[in-house]
Amino acid sequence: MSENVREVKGPGANRQAASGGVKAEKPGKTLLRLLAYIFRYYKIPFVFVVIAIVISATVGVIGNLFLRTLIDSYIVPFIGQESPDFGPLLRALLQMAAIYYTGVIATYTYSRIMINVSTGTLKRIRDDMFVHMESLPIRYFDTHAHGDIMSCYTNDTDTLRQMISQSMPQLISSAITLVTTFTSMVILSPLLTVLIVFMAFIMIQVTKKIGSKSGVYFRAQQKNLGKVNGYIEEMINGQKVVKVFCYEDKAKEKFDSLNNMLFESADRANTMANVLMPIMGNIGYINYVLTTVLGAIMAMSGIGGMTLGSLASFLQMTRMFNMPITQISQQFNFIVMALAGADRIFALLDEKPEDDDGYVMLVNAKEDGEGNLTESESRTGLWAWKHRHGDGTVTYRKLAGDVVMEHVNFGYTDEKIVLHDISLYAKPGQKVAFVGATGAGKTTITNLINRFYDIQDGKIRYDGINIQKIQKSDLRRSLGMVLQDTHLFTGTVRENIRFGRLDATDEEVIKAAKLANAHDFIVKLPDGYDTVLTGDGASLSQGQRQLLSIARAAIADPPVLILDEATSSIDTRTERIVQEGMDHLMEGRTVFVIAHRLSTVKNSNVIMVLEQGTIIERGNHEELIAQKGKYYQLYTGAFELS
Amino acid sequence: MVKMLLSQVKEFKRDSLLAPLFVGGETVLEVLIPFMMSSIIDNGLNTGNMSYVYRTGALMLVMAMLSLVCGILAGRYASRASAGFARNLRKAMYDNIQEFSFANIDKFSTAGLITRLTTDVTNVQNAYQMVIRMCVRSPLMMVFSMIMCFYLNPELSMIFPVAMVFLAVALALIMVRAHGYFRRLFHKYDDLNACIQENVTAIRTVKAYVREDFETEKFKEESRWIQFLSVCAEKLLVLNAPIMQTTMYTCTLLLSWLGAHIIVGGGMGTGALMSMFTYSTQILMNLMMISMAFNMIVMARSSGDRIAEVLNEKSSLSNGPHPVMEVPDGSIEFCDVSFQYSSGEGKEVLDHVNVRIESGQTIGIVGGTGSSKSTLVQLIPRLYDVTEGCVKVGGIDVRDYDMEVLRHQVAMVLQKNELFSGTIKENLRWGKEDATDEEIELACRHSQAHEFIEKMPDGYDTYIEQGGTNVSGGQKQRLCIARALIKKPKILILDDSTSAVDTHTDALIRQAFAQDIPDTTKLIIAQRISSVQDADKIIVLDQGRINGFGTHEELLKNNEIYRDVYESQVKGGEEE
Repeated sequence: MSENVREVKGPGANRQAASGGVKAEKPGKTLLRLLAYIFRYYKIPFVFVVIAIVISATVGVIGNLFLRTLIDSYIVPFIGQESPDFGPLLRALLQMAAIYYTGVIATYTYSRIMINVSTGTLKRIRDDMFVHMESLPIRYFDTHAHGDIMSCYTNDTDTLRQMISQSMPQLISSAITLVTTFTSMVILSPLLTVLIVFMAFIMIQVTKKIGSKSGVYFRAQQKNLGKVNGYIEEMINGQKVVKVFCYEDKAKEKFDSLNNMLFESADRANTMANVLMPIMGNIGYINYVLTTVLGAIMAMSGIGGMTLGSLASFLQMTRMFNMPITQISQQFNFIVMALAGADRIFALLDEKPEDDDGYVMLVNAKEDGEGNLTESESRTGLWAWKHRHGDGTVTYRKLAGDVVMEHVNFGYTDEKIVLHDISLYAKPGQKVAFVGATGAGKTTITNLINRFYDIQDGKIRYDGINIQKIQKSDLRRSLGMVLQDTHLFTGTVRENIRFGRLDATDEEVIKAAKLANAHDFIVKLPDGYDTVLTGDGASLSQGQRQLLSIARAAIADPPVLILDEATSSIDTRTERIVQEGMDHLMEGRTVFVIAHRLSTVKNSNVIMVLEQGTIIERGNHEELIAQKGKYYQLYTGAFELS
Repeated sequence: MVKMLLSQVKEFKRDSLLAPLFVGGETVLEVLIPFMMSSIIDNGLNTGNMSYVYRTGALMLVMAMLSLVCGILAGRYASRASAGFARNLRKAMYDNIQEFSFANIDKFSTAGLITRLTTDVTNVQNAYQMVIRMCVRSPLMMVFSMIMCFYLNPELSMIFPVAMVFLAVALALIMVRAHGYFRRLFHKYDDLNACIQENVTAIRTVKAYVREDFETEKFKEESRWIQFLSVCAEKLLVLNAPIMQTTMYTCTLLLSWLGAHIIVGGGMGTGALMSMFTYSTQILMNLMMISMAFNMIVMARSSGDRIAEVLNEKSSLSNGPHPVMEVPDGSIEFCDVSFQYSSGEGKEVLDHVNVRIESGQTIGIVGGTGSSKSTLVQLIPRLYDVTEGCVKVGGIDVRDYDMEVLRHQVAMVLQKNELFSGTIKENLRWGKEDATDEEIELACRHSQAHEFIEKMPDGYDTYIEQGGTNVSGGQKQRLCIARALIKKPKILILDDSTSAVDTHTDALIRQAFAQDIPDTTKLIIAQRISSVQDADKIIVLDQGRINGFGTHEELLKNNEIYRDVYESQVKGGEEE
């Protein structure tokens, strides 16, 4: 069981610590927003929860008041009597039983409703986060550590659960107990209540003092825990390098010092947390003793109408009064932690989604004899861009796969432009190859066509339409992508291929797999197309994964394709199979390929040689070789072979 | 397992013993206080004996103060003991991991080791503190409260054992049933997290295929399951409080009814009844605490098991009795080497390999995935031990060397290589602790890293983020090569270390090797034929066997695999 707990909590715990904070930025604001978030959907249940808590807490107080009646009215008068009448006592007890069990039912009711509130709210938070995350631009994923994003779902949601299902009801209940006990104490003996208030004041002061101290130590502990965990993560990940370089002793040395720091701060933080309870408890006892003595004196001398019975009740009250104060102080820590988590969750929800103000849509189309396009309800295999103009007219343009870039400038940040004045065009069915050193900007260019990033300057047109005007989802639907890092999803092989087009039939899936050269290995898997893949297809070789991603693109059947050829780590025999699959896929499509292989480049209509974000040479293979420029240099190594 | 872990308490034994001792003291005092209170009412107030009231009151105050001191000290020692225990566990594990061989690391997986060092230790630390505090306090409290009750009135106290059995059975039933749901729930959490993880890492794929809605549906399905299972599990758990209350209230009612009869009959004072109310709460509350502590210990147990696994793991490699402290030269010889990752079973990863490499030669190694290229070279710095045969460096069996001496002379650039957070310089000094700036620059020039390092904002002092995320793949590889070069090793092994470097730079690196470190034996594993074709000799590996060994020209003539690979890579060129 805890195997899984670890999985759920692992990364989050580290990160929360690493960011050093258990403190929300503006706790009040976050709290209000969180409450609003919860109450929007659970107003009525929450009313019932509060009512039930009130009943439950009141019953607790009545129960204690009852002790006074019990002793004063039903026991003391009969002491020493020959034949006491227990009838009234029985009646009183039955009455009490009714009240007690109402309290029990109330307790059950509010806890049961709270389950729905807390699990429902958590589900909604998770769903909202996920939906929102899916809408965020690629840039968000570039700039946020994956572990951080993950821990919003794990650790931060977890602290929220603690707060909603435990801290909140506890706080309400404590507050109610506090108010009711206080009221009854005042009724029982205003004089003694003054003493209690004074003691409560001391308790709150002590809690505050210890609380703030423990907060400091606690943060220090989290910070050190973050450091130790970070160090462990880094060093264990590189453990093989440590071995190869005989770095063990130095690694131990550094670890020891971090580990010791963690110990010191953990010791301090824990001590503070540990001593709070005994201090509170014993102030409570001192309070108890003082009240007893004072109450006894009052009862003996009859000051303030104090009786033995009311003293007994009052003493029980003092204990009941101390308990909620301790509880509130304990819950306070949880709430602060939960608010810090809520802060991060809201930060994710507040991220600006990808903007998409495109209005040109991709629709199924029919073509009549004269080449006029009309929209079609059903899938025709023919697609058209539906362009709604300002004057209300609608025009259709056939999806062809013509891509033009005009004077495009781009930078991941405004300060640093990485692509300078890129202009190029690809007619339908043409193949454009990008070559250049790592970091020259090849991948960046391809990421602009599908609007993973938006350009700073210039224009990109698809079938003559500025891509800014095309709805993003439709633009991307019309573009296929085979990335170098192949990602597969948990699910069957079939499902993974079908990812390219959800309504594809089984026959179409097999057809696409055959086209991609993937069919042969798939049928050899234990369950063929129904083999379940997990962990990003960990059971497959990289080549096989790549074949699947080609099949996925094949089934989507887009007119324009963006290919990022894998360079390494595939053995040559598989590589040839992959290459064949890619070649099949490229047939009849406009292709942008980040090329690493000579054969790909040679078959391209045009080759763009990139250096530091600029196209420095362009032309086909023969022309570029003849130029004896950078392209020639880049591939000389390979050419010497022939 | 428990004994194994507890041996790590070490210097915190004293704290670990003092903590429960003070907890015990605190508990005894806490139990006595309500008892004193009842006697204040019965013997003091009821008899009008004010001096008794004062005396007992004073005594109670002293006891409360003592209890406070005990409580603070108990908290202090418990914290020190558990934090110290955690520190020792971490240290013991970390130190042991440093002794691990590659085989040991493979066995645990890095992710497995990390959680063992972090979350598992925290679990054990919390459980340990719980044990030395709560597990003394609660049973003690219960026993004392019971004793006091029986002392006050044995007949009336018979209620408690019955109530306790009822409560214990009810809590146990709830826990057992909820446990099943929790197990399923945690599995679902794994699925949910896998789904998130996939979407975070593969966001480009999701967006490229416009599958945001599809993925969201998948996610919502998982999240519905989580909600359903949470409700099932927590539905049971929330029964705890009402059951506890029912038991407590029932006890109060019974005590009142029966107590009234006894008091009226003169068998007991009203104060005693008051105390019994308090004790009844204490007994039942502590039973509840014990059940919670028990649950926590059960949860920590699997963490403890995993920690013990690491502590029990013995390194599979160790130095011989009289290790050789010097490597004479860079020649390498494989004498009939066979290798399996897990000895005894499984397939032969290397199958009777025989090869001899002269000092100073450049050797290329090619072969498909799974042909055991990496395995072959990892035997040279003795990262694994052969199953059969022997590997000799400088004519001496690698098992006869001091491991550190051997690894200093055999530099290896691993396929999956890592840079560490710190400046470039710091990273490079891994190869040689006292390397001068000139040495560092020279190594970087050879590995073609100097140029891009110079262009970086802080040059050699540029800070590398954890995992080297702020340098590109090709730059990372070049830095890793430089780090190995600084060692000035007799043997240099590159395991597919230039895959992300473009062909031109790759050629420059090889050129630098040939010119500047001619005496070093160089082994280069590569996918690209161009990276190995000018080597002195090339090894063609196929399924753990040597398929060919010769120069580029020789292999082209008489090695089918090599020719095949070559042709597939330069097909374009040949057609000209």
